[in-house]
Amino acid sequence: MADINARIQSDIDTNPVMLYMKGNAMFPQCGFSARVVQILTHAGVPFKTANVLEDAELREGVKTFSNWPTIPQLYVKGEFVGGCDIITEMFQTGELQKLFTEAGVEAKAQA
Amino acid sequence: MAMQATDIKALIQEALPDAQVQIEDLAGDGDHYAASVVSESFRGMSRVKQHQIVYAALRGRMGGELHALALQTSAPA
Repeated sequence: MADINARIQSDIDTNPVMLYMKGNAMFPQCGFSARVVQILTHAGVPFKTANVLEDAELREGVKTFSNWPTIPQLYVKGEFVGGCDIITEMFQTGELQKLFTEAGVEAKAQA
Repeated sequence: MAMQATDIKALIQEALPDAQVQIEDLAGDGDHYAASVVSESFRGMSRVKQHQIVYAALRGRMGGELHALALQTSAPA
């Protein structure tokens, strides 16, 4: 358990926008994960994903880490931001974009 | 394993007696719900904290027998 916590901590410290999800950004394997990928893509921020379906220890570990029972889970600058519902709500109100700006996460120029 | 909407509502109201809880069965399969929970105790709390309180009220069922519960929480306007 200590190892998995250290791994998650290192993931979220290294990657300013870190998403734990089912599947990957190209092939999400759950509608809720897909929605968060879509939002991040739309927001134009670079993000890293980890597929919990390939790693049972990570799947349980990340739930304990954040005291959050479901996947996906989004972390920005090492802070747990929320799951699909919260991210959707924050995106709709513009809070998510504000969070990215405040966190110094640069949106890529949209094509 | 599915859960009844009334059970979900009862568990939430047990933890948050003042809460106004609305549950919608999204797919009619007893497995995909949307819940809106309005409680004074949410005032001043982050969304993550609000949702964590609702998840705690469901005592581990979330992510297990309850696959999908879209949550919206707020303090009364």
